[in-house]
This record gives sequence, C-alpha cells and structure tokens, in this order.
Amino acid sequence: MQVITCDVVVVGGGGTGLRAAIAIAESDPKLTIALVSKVVPMRSHTVAAEGGAAGVIRGDDSLDNHFNDTVSGGDWLCDQDAVQYFVEHCVEELVQLEHWGCPWSRKDDGNINVRFFGGMTVQRTWFAADKSGFHILHTLFQTSIKYPGIQRYDEYFVADLILEDGRVRGVLAIEVATGEIVLFEAKAVILGTGGAGRVYRQNTNAGIVTGDGMGLAYRHGARLRDMEFVQYHPTCLPGSGILMTEGCRGEGGILTNKDGYRYLQDYALGPLDPWPRPKAMELGPRDRLSQAFWHEDQKGNTFKTPLGTAVNLDLRHLGEKKILERLPLITEAARVFAGVDPVTDPIPVRPAVHYTMGGVYANMTETEVPGLFAAGECSSVGIHGANRLGSNSLVEIIVFGKVAGERAAAYARTVPDGSSAGVRQQAEESASRLLALLKNDKGERVATLRDEMGDAMETGVGIYRSASGMKTACDKIAELRARYRAGIALDDHSRSFNTEWLTTIELGFMLEVAEAMAHSAYNRKESRGAHVRLDEYSTRDDDKFLQHSLATYTGEGPPAISYQPVTITKSQPRTRSYGGAGKQAVMT
Amino acid sequence: MTAETETRTIEIDVLRYDPDSGAPPRYQTYKVPFQHDTSVLVGLQYIKDHLDGTLTFRWSCRMAICGSCGTMINGIPQLSCHTFLRDYWPKKLRIDPLEHFPIIKDLAIDQTDFLNKLDSVKPYLIPKQDKPLSEGAYLQTPKQMEQYYNYSQCINCLLCYAACPQYGLTPTFTGPAALALLHRYNADSRDVGWSARSDVLNSEDGVWRCTLVGYCSEVCPKNVDPAHAINQNKVNSTLDYFGVLKLLSTVGFGK
Repeated sequence: MQVITCDVVVVGGGGTGLRAAIAIAESDPKLTIALVSKVVPMRSHTVAAEGGAAGVIRGDDSLDNHFNDTVSGGDWLCDQDAVQYFVEHCVEELVQLEHWGCPWSRKDDGNINVRFFGGMTVQRTWFAADKSGFHILHTLFQTSIKYPGIQRYDEYFVADLILEDGRVRGVLAIEVATGEIVLFEAKAVILGTGGAGRVYRQNTNAGIVTGDGMGLAYRHGARLRDMEFVQYHPTCLPGSGILMTEGCRGEGGILTNKDGYRYLQDYALGPLDPWPRPKAMELGPRDRLSQAFWHEDQKGNTFKTPLGTAVNLDLRHLGEKKILERLPLITEAARVFAGVDPVTDPIPVRPAVHYTMGGVYANMTETEVPGLFAAGECSSVGIHGANRLGSNSLVEIIVFGKVAGERAAAYARTVPDGSSAGVRQQAEESASRLLALLKNDKGERVATLRDEMGDAMETGVGIYRSASGMKTACDKIAELRARYRAGIALDDHSRSFNTEWLTTIELGFMLEVAEAMAHSAYNRKESRGAHVRLDEYSTRDDDKFLQHSLATYTGEGPPAISYQPVTITKSQPRTRSYGGAGKQAVMT
Repeated sequence: MTAETETRTIEIDVLRYDPDSGAPPRYQTYKVPFQHDTSVLVGLQYIKDHLDGTLTFRWSCRMAICGSCGTMINGIPQLSCHTFLRDYWPKKLRIDPLEHFPIIKDLAIDQTDFLNKLDSVKPYLIPKQDKPLSEGAYLQTPKQMEQYYNYSQCINCLLCYAACPQYGLTPTFTGPAALALLHRYNADSRDVGWSARSDVLNSEDGVWRCTLVGYCSEVCPKNVDPAHAINQNKVNSTLDYFGVLKLLSTVGFGK
C-alpha cells in the first residue's frame, strides 16, 4: 500500500477545506498539508451556493443584531459563545476574500453592497450577484495555488479514518483514477466534507453531498449533534430541487399561491404592508416559510406541476434589468431547467432539503477525537441551532475553516513524528473491507437502497413530523442497513475510476447519517426550528429540550441518543416571532 | 397525456473504454426512457442506476455551475446536465468523452494538463502591496469590475479545450480557459501582476498560438468569451514587446 506522510490532512476541497489549508500554510509554512478531495476542488458543492454571506458593515447594523438574528433564528438552540465568536469574525474573513480577489457586488461608489436575507434585521448579506459560492470557491481555489505547502490530491476518495491510542493518525483514501488504496499518515485531520442532503430524495444538493465526513467521524466515536434539524429551503424547482436563491426574496421577490394570494400573511409572517419589511412575509426564515408551504399544500392552495405541487416565486415586478444584474444564475436555471422566464412569468417552486444544521460535534472545530477537527456543514460548532439563517453558512466555512486550520497546525506541532505498525495494520484491514465491497456481485443494486432511503426520510423526517412517521423511518433505515450489510451487487469490479464502488461506500455513510437523523428526531419530544411535530409535541419545551441531541454510534444497532446543555450567555429564550408591525425597508 | 409528462424512449450510443481490460474503445447502445425535462445527464444516470453500473462519467451539481459533466454530445462539447434528450429524439444520440484529452475510463477524461496550465497563469491577485485587513476592502467601481467580471465566470468545464483545434494539434498551448483567467487577473484594478504573468502570455504557447477560430467562445456555457480575452491580449502583448504597455498601464490601461 502506498503511504504518504504529512503533518495535516484536510479532507474536502470546498470552501472549508481550502480556507483551512491556507490557514495552515500561513500559520506555519514548514507544515506539509495534504488537501484530499473526492472531486477537483472547484467542483465542490460550495460552488452552488447562491445568495451570499453575512457580515455587518452598515451603520444601522450591529454585531448584536447579527447575534440576535442568529440566535432567535436558531430558536435558541445555538451555543451563544460560538455565535459571538462567529459574528465578530465574519467581516474580516469577507474582507480577506475581497483582498484575494473575490468579485463582491459593489455600490456605484465602489464600496461593497449588501442585500436583505430572511430573518435579518437589516441588509447584511455580501453577494457576488447570485453566484456567491461559485466566486468564493474559485477565489479560494485559485489563491490556494500560491502556497507550495499545500499538496493537492484531487479525486482521492477518503473511505476511512485511522485512529491509534485514542487519537487520529491518518486517513485511508482511494485514488479514483486507478483504484489504488493510499494511506495518508498525519498528525492531524480536518474534516471539511460538507453536509448530507442527499439522504433525502428531493434536495438542492450536488451528488457528492453524501455525509462522508459525518459518517467517518461517527463510526470512530465522535458524536453527531443536532442531526434532527434538517433545513428545507422553501424555494426550489419541483423534481430536481434546483435552488432558487433566497436572494430572490432578498431583492423583493414575492410568494403567491394558486390564487395569486400572498399566503405567508396567514402564517404569523404578516401583515402584508408595509412591504418590504425586514423579518416579515417573504423575508421570514426558511423553516417558517417551508412550513407555510406545507399548510397551503394541505389546504389545496398549491398548483400541480408534472413534478409535484408548487407555489409561485414572482420576480416580475423587479424588472428585467435588476433580475439580470442581481439574479443571473437563477434566471438562467429557471429558463433551462423549468422552461420559465422569471422576467415574464412566476417560477414554480416548492421546498426541498437544503442543509444539515447538525453535524460532528465540535468545540471551536475540535471534535471529541484528539487530532480530528471539523468545520463547515459537516460540523456542529453550535452557530445554527434548530434553524440556520440564510447567508450564515458561507461565512461559517471561512470563519471556522480558518479556526480549524490554525488549531490543527498548532496541534500537529505538539504531536511526535513517527509511523506505527498498528496504523499500517489497521489500514490493511480497512483496505480489505473496501476491496470486499468491490468484489461483491450478489445482492441488491445501490440505487434501489438509495432511493428507498430518500423516500423514507422524505416521508418520515420531513417538514412536519409525527411519532409514528419517524418510527417508521427509523425502522426502514434499520432494514436498509441490514440489506446493505447483506451485500450490494456491483456490475463493475474493476479498480479504475469505479464510481459504482465509490457510490456504494457513500451509501454506507448515508444510511448511518440518516439513522442518526431519524432517531434524533424521534427522541426530540418537542417542536423547535426545523423540527416540527404534528402530534402532542407541537410546541417548544425549554424545560426538557433546551438541549443539543447527541447520537453515538453503536455498530449495527441504532444510535444511542443523549443530550447536552446549550451554552447561553446573554440571550435568554423567548418566543420566536416574525412579522408584525415594522418600517418599510429601502432596498439597496 | 400531455407532452410534459409523456414518456418516450431514445437510443444513446456511448463510448466505452475500460483501461483495466486492455480492449480498444467501442460504442455501446442503451435504450433510455425520458420525459420532456430529462437531461442527458439524467439519461446517463438512468443507465448507471438501472441498466449498467459499469458506465462511468463525472457529474455533481446538475445545475451547470460545477463544471464536472462536460462531454461531446453528437460531436459538440456540452454540459450533459444542460442538454436535453427531447432535442435529439427521435434520432439516436452519441456521447463521447471531451475531445483532446486522454480518456481514463468511458466519459471520464484526464484533466491534469488543464490543472497544470491553470497553475501556470498565476491565477490569484498580486497586489501592489499587502493591504492589512483592518483597512477594509479595496474600492472598486462597477465600471472597474466590468473590465474583468465576465472572465471571472469560467467554471473550468473544459468545453473550450475540446472545441479548440489548436489545442488538439498543439497540446502545449495554454489554451482558452487558462488564458481567459490570466486576463481576468491582469484586468483587475486591484492587481499588478502583469509582468509576473507576461512570460506565459507572450510565449509561443500563450496568446500567439491562438489562430482565432473562436469556437471556444461559441461552446462556452457561461459566455466567458475566451477568444476575446486572448485576442485582446495579442494587442497587449504587442504593446508590451515595444515597451509601450508599461507606460500605458501606469494610467490604468487595460483595467
């Protein structure tokens, strides 16, 4: 087996991984960094983020505003010490990106412009048209080329973590092109592997968003936190789930039902006027908007499309010039993928799974496994609580990507050099298990299990949940895990570029992550943020559940669920409300 | 049944090549059911999921922004997520890997050469001096942004390399996307890296290798217009040769 030795392995070449790698290189140019990604970095899913990234720069805004919007947006399940650190570091990281060339949209005087987003008191979202993630990712990727310490391993699929003496010692990866298995021996490992939206059938996520990092850490004893909180984005194309950015509404777009009625006023987001008004109507948070869609659907107020029911996202009143300047990507996507021109017609949209608020439990990116760090969507550092505010995740990846890089660098300097026979032995055993999957030709197709998993999660752990529905999902996922263990039959047994093999390994991660989500949801007997129940637990219960859930891996059985207090510093839980009276906003 | 939901069947010929078998490339035909909104990518995924798990291709975002899924569709370089089976039916459709790149397996090509070229153009901001973060962002007016903005839209999908006959003939040519990116940084008001990039730009494999076919810009799914970037830089390269560019650049020429 080929062995590559380095100081730090960064798993994932998206915004988190690239920012972390740069932070390591800048903090200590002597450290050797392996940036290991299953795709070439610029293919990472950061690329598809549209709307923008939050950072307080307006005179009428404040860090307290950002803090309070985030904490109330998260229904008080945020760790407030982490939120405080976060809001204090957003702007410097956004400026850093600007210094690296990121083409943020500007005002006429050459200063950065900001737009509204849901759940925000004032305009706070830095944007690069509606390709913010694309520009952030390419800026970071191109900038990373400057640093000779960063050695890229593009299209290396990380399939296992290697631990010894209770600390991380490296990762095992498959070189995609050849199928060769490679051991990266390292002193520290950073996970920047993104979310797990693909465990659901209809989602906004790229095909690569399969929860690999969560699964890797979970299997090796790191606990997954707050996994029941899965965000449905309210405005996605039916069928494909392709995202129509929240920036549409941030720029003044409206949502109407089949009768042309702005239905959000019926769901504690009104009154309608004055419009636009922060934190009201279409500028409400994602959980509330997705829930409102569900009710409209139940009432028969949506309309049918060949790919599911929908409501209208109407941008027409913004005018062609503004639509093309501010929202070019979604305009093109609506034209090509939905056959609708937003300049002349409303876009049919419905909610789809978008984001995993939970992830690998990490205290300022340090996980429970010494030497293992996690940041970005795969992690739960505690800033999103029960519902993430739009435009907080694109800043999260750079703020905490940098923290992960600096902490991993510092940790790596404290760990002695040296390889170990035990590490090699473990790597050989893990490689044998991977090769056994490759050789298997008896059992079910990977797509069969994948689709059944997606449907089970959609049905049982969706926008609204009930005990019986979640129990059914838990049972179904357990059954799918048993069928997975019984064997996935591959058509392709070759080593080179075997994506069927890789997909099978990904499915293993996804099933375990899905199980953690379903059980965490089943056990949370209250409603909070994106976790809302139709049964007797339809309200928030701070006495019992102002707590993070933690899912512990138990092998073949279901996860063990436990709880941990939420860190509260200055914002005591109160009723989370949107809408109501307010001043009309001036759009910038 | 409306046209939107009607299921039809199309035949797709896909180039197959398995490096492990040693057998030469061949075409394999698949029958794929599709509806009005089925992209070529979704057609390939149908084959992979239900008919033949050995078929190999790259994809990720399925919304034309990640740049993974470029292929030759009936001989034209296109993103498979962005191209629809309805537009080819009732005729057959042929899918090949992108032209001018070595094949790893089936439709997956080796992108190493392109990635090395990307590195060679120093695609990062080279400022006059390091600006402390505490000073905040640079000022850059929308007009200054316009100078480079279009060239920052490249998704690195490689369609332009597959389209470029010159790259096919002379693989050392730096090529459309990398040169457009070089120009993106040169044209940025915050950047002073012209001289650091001039060797690549002025060399025989730089802008002068381009013979102005312009097919790169035609196939670009993001309207980046690399042909324009390259040919604008033939002028810049000439001015540079005669020592004029240095003078002009002090008054903001090309920014």
